[in-house]
Amino acid sequence: MTLFDNYWIHFALFVVIILAFVLTMVMGFIYIERRGLGRLQVRLGPNRVGPFGVLQPVADAIKVLIKEDIIPAKGDKLVFWLAPVVAFVPVLMIFAVVPFQSGALLADLNIGILYIVAVSSVAAVGVFMAGWSSNNKYSLIAAMRDVAQLLSYEIPLVLSIVGVVLIAGSLSMTKIVEAQSIPFILLQPLGFLIFFVGALAEINRAPFDLVEADSEIVAGFHIEYSGMKFAMFYLVEYCEALAMSAIITTLFLGGWKGPLLPPFLWFLIKVVGVFFLFFWIRATVPRLRIDQVLAFAWKCLLPLALINLLITAIQVLVWGEALPWVIVLVNLAIMAVLVVLWSKLFRLGGGRVAV
Amino acid sequence: MAIKTEPFVLNVGPQHPSTHGVFRMRMTLDGEVVVDMEPVFGYLHRSIEKLAEGRTYTQNIPFTDRLDYLASMSNNLAYVLAVEKLAGVPVPERAEYLRVIMAELQRIASHLIGVGAFLNDCGAFMTPILYMMREREKILDLFEMVSGQRLTYNYMRVGGVSQDIPEEFLPALAKFVKVMPGFIDEYDQLLAENEIVLARAKGVGILPKELAINISASGPVLRGSGVKWDIRKADPYSVYDRFEFDIPTGSVGDCYDRYRVKVQEMRQSVRIIKQAMEQLPSGEVLTEVPLRMRPPEGEAYGHIEAPKGELGFYLVSDNSETPYRFHIRASCLINLTALSDMMIGWKVADAIITFGSIDICMGEVDR
Amino acid sequence: MTVALSGKEIASKLQPRFPGSVVESSESSLVVKSESLLDIASFLKTAPDLDFDYLTAITAVDYYAYFEVVYQLTSIEHNHSLVVKTRCYGRDNPVLPSVVSLWRGADFQEREIYDLMGIRFDGHPNMKRIFLWAGFKGYPLRKDFSDGN
Repeated sequence: MTLFDNYWIHFALFVVIILAFVLTMVMGFIYIERRGLGRLQVRLGPNRVGPFGVLQPVADAIKVLIKEDIIPAKGDKLVFWLAPVVAFVPVLMIFAVVPFQSGALLADLNIGILYIVAVSSVAAVGVFMAGWSSNNKYSLIAAMRDVAQLLSYEIPLVLSIVGVVLIAGSLSMTKIVEAQSIPFILLQPLGFLIFFVGALAEINRAPFDLVEADSEIVAGFHIEYSGMKFAMFYLVEYCEALAMSAIITTLFLGGWKGPLLPPFLWFLIKVVGVFFLFFWIRATVPRLRIDQVLAFAWKCLLPLALINLLITAIQVLVWGEALPWVIVLVNLAIMAVLVVLWSKLFRLGGGRVAV
Repeated sequence: MAIKTEPFVLNVGPQHPSTHGVFRMRMTLDGEVVVDMEPVFGYLHRSIEKLAEGRTYTQNIPFTDRLDYLASMSNNLAYVLAVEKLAGVPVPERAEYLRVIMAELQRIASHLIGVGAFLNDCGAFMTPILYMMREREKILDLFEMVSGQRLTYNYMRVGGVSQDIPEEFLPALAKFVKVMPGFIDEYDQLLAENEIVLARAKGVGILPKELAINISASGPVLRGSGVKWDIRKADPYSVYDRFEFDIPTGSVGDCYDRYRVKVQEMRQSVRIIKQAMEQLPSGEVLTEVPLRMRPPEGEAYGHIEAPKGELGFYLVSDNSETPYRFHIRASCLINLTALSDMMIGWKVADAIITFGSIDICMGEVDR
Repeated sequence: MTVALSGKEIASKLQPRFPGSVVESSESSLVVKSESLLDIASFLKTAPDLDFDYLTAITAVDYYAYFEVVYQLTSIEHNHSLVVKTRCYGRDNPVLPSVVSLWRGADFQEREIYDLMGIRFDGHPNMKRIFLWAGFKGYPLRKDFSDGN
């Protein structure tokens, strides 16, 4: 038994690696997003701090650390203090089972993806605590919206994961990656779309960012936060984006697999690629209204997820050993038909309520 | 069994990222639905009407700049038209054409901000408004060439315009007019049939046609509701009767119609500018009037089709250097009359979008 | 071109229906008594060849001896316009009937006239100050207003 086989050394080493990875990548993501958004909006983005503005996230971090910590006088002080912690810790815990390389993860749980789904739901509680304890009507509206949105989008998310699990035959993250001789995005195109849209809603990004809609409810549930607590919420947003990118990479894009380059580098490239899609969508589309968001989840995504699950189950049962390319083509065709059909049948209308 | 709910009062207060200036709405909400709305004005009241009674007619022109500060050229034009009507001052041909060019350029600039701010309220995170700012910068450069200013131009004078255009103006204008339709197509490509914009704006904040006429709405608000009434065609001022252009109208009167009317008006403005450039004669640009002019006793009401609606000035003169009464018919204030009708029954997000689609500027509302 | 109807012509139309209500009339405008304002306005709005359905503006002017309130009316269908004025005497508590029931566009404009000139409008649903705060003393646009400076 080498030193590294000792469980606690392995644990400590990976804790350090994960913390370093998360913090560095989050800073990188903040920079990529601001610069990328700037270029997409025909402007430059940050370019003063450091060459090409690379040190901008560092400047941001220093700024929030030295700001005054304001606590609302009539707010619930304990809940106010706990809310960022409750929101941040579960997101960090997700990274325990994300495989950077074959065998290189903190804990190779054989229920990996189930653990992720369970833990990530706790962040919703933190958001609601923040909205309630601020003693502010705007943040209360935002918190209510957020809880409704998070709950509604959990279900299609989980159902699309089950499709992947059926094909891979295991809940463990490493086994899912190893089972991807061709990336599951081709075998499960509908599942990928549902998971992608659900992930956007889970991490409160455009077009589902009505929780922190700047133009309506002025920063939403973190209106009253400043200083380090606000930095925690800001971190939560980007950590969740990083976590979702990592999960999408693992489940659908083949994790660390790829020719030529070392596997860890392939993982990074895929994560950054998925994040690029995230902020590209943010720069492009307007946001939806809360009742439209919920209607979309329940009337559009849920039935599609159920149909996807049904078809996947039939395929695994009947064509278990068939050529994968047949399944790919059939699935792509089914996805195209279903998406077109649902977009024709489903109207995102609003409606006036008789008062 | 219905759940018991309790309405609460939310103050969309004077300081808010999307109230287009300092404007306060006291909304009573039942969950997300707006049950009652009361607008509160006066945060930008500068008593321009009273101040103008102490200054000469020419000294009042900079005051008009600061009414709707996003459309200064149009404000200037409305005021000098009213004074010219009152005093009977003729305007040279070249000045009339220059006035039309400036007014139409100003209409494009104002609509760019109006449409951009509306889409910003929809949530498109600054991308459309930044693209439109890029075009507005070109217009502001043109205005800087003629008047030296970027926002409050003070360009028109009683009897013409203050100075002639420099020689680099017309080539720059020709270049702008050539590329602008392409840019409007670029905006339309991503936004006109966008599923989310349609879902947010279609059928939302409807102003029926009869109500629009009854509340004396004007500008894109009136035309969006289906009334084909444009002062440039109904009561042509300056040389507008020499140009060919259409009046875009909506059909339903929802936010989407008002947004489309503004985009199409931008295209028509480019058309007018092209024709004005071709017909531009040479000559004087200003009829000399005394610095402290004394119009004969009487009154006059001069109005124009400003970008945001019908802007009118009612002037009463008592044969002295300063006006006896200086009243501004503020289109933005009157357009807001039916605001609570358009918001009640809708959700908070819709209320914000409806307010953004009316496109007001608080400088004109409060004066 | 919007035709500005002659005040004299309209006065002659009003004479048979509302005798004695027209005080003065000229080419550009006509002046009516404040008591018959609402009836005349209602007639102007509904008469088939007049059809003044669009109230362009309401203004008030302070001529020391009296306040004059000017109504600019327009008809969208026929594209003609008219200027109707009315006067109210007495500076302590001038009152006029409100035309909000005919043209809702008068809502904020009448509040503004009350706020800045002090003329109350009977029948207005929300006669409160609009630009100045509720406790403000005096009416600034009057010619004899002084805030003590």
